Amino acid sequence: MTTRAIEPRMELEANLHMYRQMAKIRAFDEQVNELYKSAKMPGLAHLYIGEEAVAVGVCEALRRDDLITSTHRGHGHCLAKGAAVNRMFAELLGKEPGYCRGKGGSMHIADPETGNLGANAIVGGSAGIATGAALSAKMRGTDQVAVCFFGDGALGQGLLYEVMNMAALWRLPVIYLCENNLYGEYTPCGETIAGDILARPRALGVHAESVDGQDVQAVHATMRRLVERARRGEGPAFLECKTYRYYGHHVGDVNREYRTREEEREWMSKHDPLETLASRLTTQGLADAGVFERILTDVKAEIDGGVQFALAAPYPEPNEVDQDVYA
Amino acid sequence: MSTPEVAARELTYGEAVREAIAEEMRRDPRVFLIGEDVAEAGHPFKVLTGLVQEFGTKRIIDTPISEPGYAGIGVGAAMTGMRPIVDVMFGDFITLAMDQIVNQAAKVHYMSGGKLKVPIVFRTTLGATRRSAAQHSQSLHAWVSHIPGLKVALPSGPYEAKGLMKTAIRDDSPVVIFEDKMMYRTKGPVPAEDYTIPFGVAEVKRAGTDITIVATSSMVGVALGAAKLLEEIGIGAEVIDPRTTYPLDKQAMIDSAKKTSRALVVDEGYERYGVTAEIASAIAEGAFYHLDAPVKRIGAMDVPVPFSPVLEDLTVPSERTVFETAKALCRKA
Ligand SMILES: Cc1ncc(C[n+]2csc(CCOP(=O)(O)OP(=O)(O)O)c2C)c(N)n1
Ligand SMILES: [Mg+2]
Repeated sequence: MTTRAIEPRMELEANLHMYRQMAKIRAFDEQVNELYKSAKMPGLAHLYIGEEAVAVGVCEALRRDDLITSTHRGHGHCLAKGAAVNRMFAELLGKEPGYCRGKGGSMHIADPETGNLGANAIVGGSAGIATGAALSAKMRGTDQVAVCFFGDGALGQGLLYEVMNMAALWRLPVIYLCENNLYGEYTPCGETIAGDILARPRALGVHAESVDGQDVQAVHATMRRLVERARRGEGPAFLECKTYRYYGHHVGDVNREYRTREEEREWMSKHDPLETLASRLTTQGLADAGVFERILTDVKAEIDGGVQFALAAPYPEPNEVDQDVYA
Repeated sequence: MSTPEVAARELTYGEAVREAIAEEMRRDPRVFLIGEDVAEAGHPFKVLTGLVQEFGTKRIIDTPISEPGYAGIGVGAAMTGMRPIVDVMFGDFITLAMDQIVNQAAKVHYMSGGKLKVPIVFRTTLGATRRSAAQHSQSLHAWVSHIPGLKVALPSGPYEAKGLMKTAIRDDSPVVIFEDKMMYRTKGPVPAEDYTIPFGVAEVKRAGTDITIVATSSMVGVALGAAKLLEEIGIGAEVIDPRTTYPLDKQAMIDSAKKTSRALVVDEGYERYGVTAEIASAIAEGAFYHLDAPVKRIGAMDVPVPFSPVLEDLTVPSERTVFETAKALCRKA
C-alpha cells in the first residue's frame, strides 16, 4: 500500500503548515508592536507572541465551519482560524477595508467566513456566546463544534461556570479553552485562583485536561480528540493550555515589574513554540534549517505586504459612523 | 503690607483622586479599597500608586476578575460596619456588577425600613476618544442616576476629583463616582488641606448673561472652550457644572436660565434618554416663562463607540458643536 509512504509526508506538511501559521502570528504581532511604537496605530493592543502554539494547535484541529470566540489577546486566534493579514492590519489601523470596517479595532475582530464569531474586550465575555453557538449547532442539526478561548483571568468570572453547567446538562459541542499564561494583567494567577483549575469543570461533569501549550503537536493531538468527542455528541470539554506571553499585558506595558527577567528568559529559551517544533523536526531528520528559513522569509513578505496595504488604505467615510447600529 | 502671592499647589486629576482616598483612609480605619490590580500595580491608570505601600494589602485588596463578586462583598462589608471603595476599572464593567449596585446596594436602606446602611463608593470611569472601542469607552452614568437609592458624582477637574471623592467616602449612602479617564493627567489647583464638596450644589464655572450652558464631567472643559469662542462673537455664556447628577441642583440651573433666557445641556453619555434630557426638562419646567428658545441638549451620538479615530471623534460633543449650537440658539448667523 502506498499510504505508508504518503502519511509521514502528509504529517510533515501538516507540521510545516503549523510552523508557518505560528511564524505568521509572531511576525504579525511583532509588526503590531512596531506600529504602536512608531505611533501609527491608534490605541493599544495585546500581543499573542509566545502563545502561538495554542491558537494554531487548536484551530488546526477544527474545520473552517467550526466556530471560535476570541479574547482581547485575539490576533493569534483570528489568524489561526484563517483571517488574512492585510485586512487584520487594516482593522488595527481603523481603516475601511478592515474586518470590521474600522469599527472594532484590535479587540473586536470578527470574521464569520472563517468561523470567527469575534474577539471580546470583556474578560470571559464570550463564554455565553460560544456555548450558545454550540446549542445552535445542535438545534440546527449540524455537527459544528464551538471553541471558547479565554485566559486564566476569566476563571474569575461567574458566567463561565453558569454556561459550563448548562453545556454539561445539555451535552453541547463546546470546548472551553483556557490559555493559562500565569498572569491576568499585572497579577500572578496564583493570587487569583483558589484550588485546582481542572477540578472546577470536573465538578460540573465537564471532561477536563491540561496540556503543554508551548508544544503545538501536543495541543493539536489533544484537541483532535476533544473535537471528535464533541462532534460525536459526547459533550463539552475543558482544556487548559499552559503558556506564556513574552511581552507585557499590552504594548504599553514595557517595564513588567510584576515578573522577573529570568522567568521570561526561561520560557523564551526553553519553551519557545517555534523553536520546539523546528528542533524536533530537525532532530527527527524530517527538515533542515533551510526549510524554516524559507518559511520565515515567505511570512515576512506576507506581513510586509499586509502592513503596506493597511497603511495605504482609506479611513471610513464619516457617514459610516451611524451605519450598522441595527440590522 | 501686601502678602506675597503663593502659587496654588497643582495636582493631576489622578493624583487628586489618590490624595482623597489616602486622606480618608488615614482618617477612618473603616475605609478600604477593593478591585482588580489596585495594590502592587496601583491600578492600570496608575491612580492608586503608593497606596498599598502605606496601607498594606489588608486595606488595598486585589481581587480576581470578578466584578459581581467583589461588588457584592463590598455591599456586605458596608452593611456590617466598613466603608469600602469598590474599584470598577472601566465604566463599561459596571454592567457586570449591576445587580449588586442596583438591586442590592441601592435598596437595602429603604427595604430595611432604614435599619441597614450601605456606606459604599463605587469608583469607575467614563469618557471616549482613547481609541479603546465599544466596550471600553462608554459613559454610563445615566444608568445609575436613574436608580433611587444611589448618588452619582461626576468630577470635572482635579479640584472636584478630590473634594467629591472625600464627600462620597463620608456619605452613608451608596455613591457611584465616575472619573473622566481622559483627564487623569490634567493638572489643576488642589488645596493640600482637607475639604469636601457638598453633593447637590452646582458650581458656576463662568458667568454670562446670554446663554446658560450646563455641562458635566468631561464636557465642562468643552463648554468653557466653546464659551471663549462665543465671547469672540459677543455672546456671554454662563457655564454651570452640576457636579452630581443625583442629588441634582435644579434650582441653580433654573435660576441661571431665567437670567439668560436660553439653555443648552452637554454631557458625554448617550443623548437618548440621557442625563441631558433630565436636566433639560428641569430647566424647561422651572424657567419656561423666561425662555426665549427651546432648551437644547447635546450628548454622545447614539452609536456604540467606534474604534477608528475618524469615526470616534464624531461621536463626542466638541467645542465646535457646542459653539455652533449655542450660537444658533442665540440666533446669531
Ligand atoms: C470584565 C472585565 N474586567 C476587567 C477587564 C480588564 N482586563 C482586561 S484584560 C485583563 C486581564 C485578563 O487576563 P487573562 O484572562 O488571564 O488574559 P491574558 O491577558 O493573560 O491573556 C483585565 C483584568 C476586562 N476587560 N473585562
Ligand atoms: Mg492570563
